[in-house]
Amino acid sequence: MSVLVYIDTLNGKVAKSAMEAVQYGSKIGATTVITNGSISAEELGKLGGVGADKVLVNRALTSTDAAQVARLVKAAASSTGATTIVFSQDLTGKAVAPRVSASLKAGLVSGAIAIPEGDGSIRVNVFSGKAAGKVKVNTTVKVIALTPNAVGVQPGEGSAVVEEFSADLGVASYTVKEIKKQEGDILLPEAELVVSAGRGLKGPENWGIVEDLATALGAATACSRPVADIGWRPHHEHVGQTGVAIRPNLYIAAGISGAIQHLAGVNGSKVIVVINTDPEAPFFKAADYGVIGDAFEVLPRLTAEINKLKAQN
Amino acid sequence: MKLLVCISKSPDTTSKIDFTNNNTEFNEAGVQYIVNPYDEWYALVRALELKEQNGGSVTTITVGTANDDAIIRKALAIGADNAVRIDAEAGDAYFTAFQIAEYAKVNGFDIVFTGKETINYNGSQVGGMIAELLDQPFVSLATNLEMNGNVATISKEMVGGDEVVELSTPFVVSAAKGMAEQRIPNMRGIMAARTKPLEVISAVACDHLISFESYELPASKSACKYVDVDNMAELVSLLHNEAKVI
Repeated sequence: MSVLVYIDTLNGKVAKSAMEAVQYGSKIGATTVITNGSISAEELGKLGGVGADKVLVNRALTSTDAAQVARLVKAAASSTGATTIVFSQDLTGKAVAPRVSASLKAGLVSGAIAIPEGDGSIRVNVFSGKAAGKVKVNTTVKVIALTPNAVGVQPGEGSAVVEEFSADLGVASYTVKEIKKQEGDILLPEAELVVSAGRGLKGPENWGIVEDLATALGAATACSRPVADIGWRPHHEHVGQTGVAIRPNLYIAAGISGAIQHLAGVNGSKVIVVINTDPEAPFFKAADYGVIGDAFEVLPRLTAEINKLKAQN
Repeated sequence: MKLLVCISKSPDTTSKIDFTNNNTEFNEAGVQYIVNPYDEWYALVRALELKEQNGGSVTTITVGTANDDAIIRKALAIGADNAVRIDAEAGDAYFTAFQIAEYAKVNGFDIVFTGKETINYNGSQVGGMIAELLDQPFVSLATNLEMNGNVATISKEMVGGDEVVELSTPFVVSAAKGMAEQRIPNMRGIMAARTKPLEVISAVACDHLISFESYELPASKSACKYVDVDNMAELVSLLHNEAKVI
């Protein structure tokens, strides 16, 4: 079976979620990757280490314009004869995969959390992570959008052939006027470790202790909805039902009570640590480890212990 | 400006999620349905604000059965002028998008709005599919939208940040947090909604590209292990040696 994986490499790097999508594809069949922009052929060649046979790169397209990326993906699928097209369910995948699906009349499985089973059905996240569903695709060609951090990635050695790929991209949908990069290196949706805090922190000026712990761990920072709504933290840090849904290996929540809407965004996390002064906080029911105590005391102590551990290793 | 807002129902955010019929169907017992929050708070309200600024009309469209009329009336109470319901079970995203695109083709809209996703299926599929079927631009995950004549300036989320894009109508846009603030319907709106037009039209033939076979709930968590405030060394040791996540 021939598989095509689209990855967004516009920032010049191959994100972890992109490697995850490529390795996912390689478990289904012989995998070709399609991407666009100015990323170096050397970086792309490394995708051989996660199972890519070949990487096609279109240099002319330098945006994530959904209509143009969709045309590029369709051209690559037609040229490789792919019957499975994989995206990461990231912000680009969410825009492009539905266009490709509708254009090819190929069933789209979004939010996949596992490789297809023997009967071809695929498990997906539904109800904002409160349940999983099994989806059957009724068409020959399948489009799969993979939830980041759901299957993980084991990088290995290997190199893939990199070829330039040109296609008729049609006209651009819009003019890009401005790009604002998010601060910080670790993108929340694909972070393995996340430190999050809520109203219990009492004010934005107190976030230093959250950031210190995140820095010690090499974690991304996140927050609860009220904190984003009142402007203590940027909206892209808000995790929960109406914010970002994440599935890190470790989620540390300080001063967050754990309303059901917050849990919806984080209950895919492998391990949850809850720090709260209120022993009745509902979040403890979803936690693996709990500390009943004040975040202002607990976080600095935890940071100090993490730093000790890092110093030993 | 003619604006079309896609409205879907979803279980209230506090609903207990459960399944019946051998885990093949969502258990609706005791579930309160609401307008999908992204459709209501962001897409519909922003469309209403644009109409208030520039004139025109806001139509809502829903693919669903008569069971959806209550949430459609809610959207009318918030301020939509009229509503259309395509009379069919919603089915998969392609079926839904196809019905909406067929209606939009015939009736011609400047902007079609969707929410970024529904909170039950989280697919983020319908908006992009409608755009493809209409052969129009799709601006996904918009957090701000300003109109100047027929030119829109839109801030949208992208991987690792935001971008500001400019384009002319017609287009399809999916609304994310930031687009607008939730509006609570007032009594006048609720009364007016009773008499606003809700047109029910038949679905057109369309295949389902995917189907949900079954559902499962996550395995229940084992009880939380408590660690004393004064013993963060133990917590670090548990995370390192037992959970093996650091």
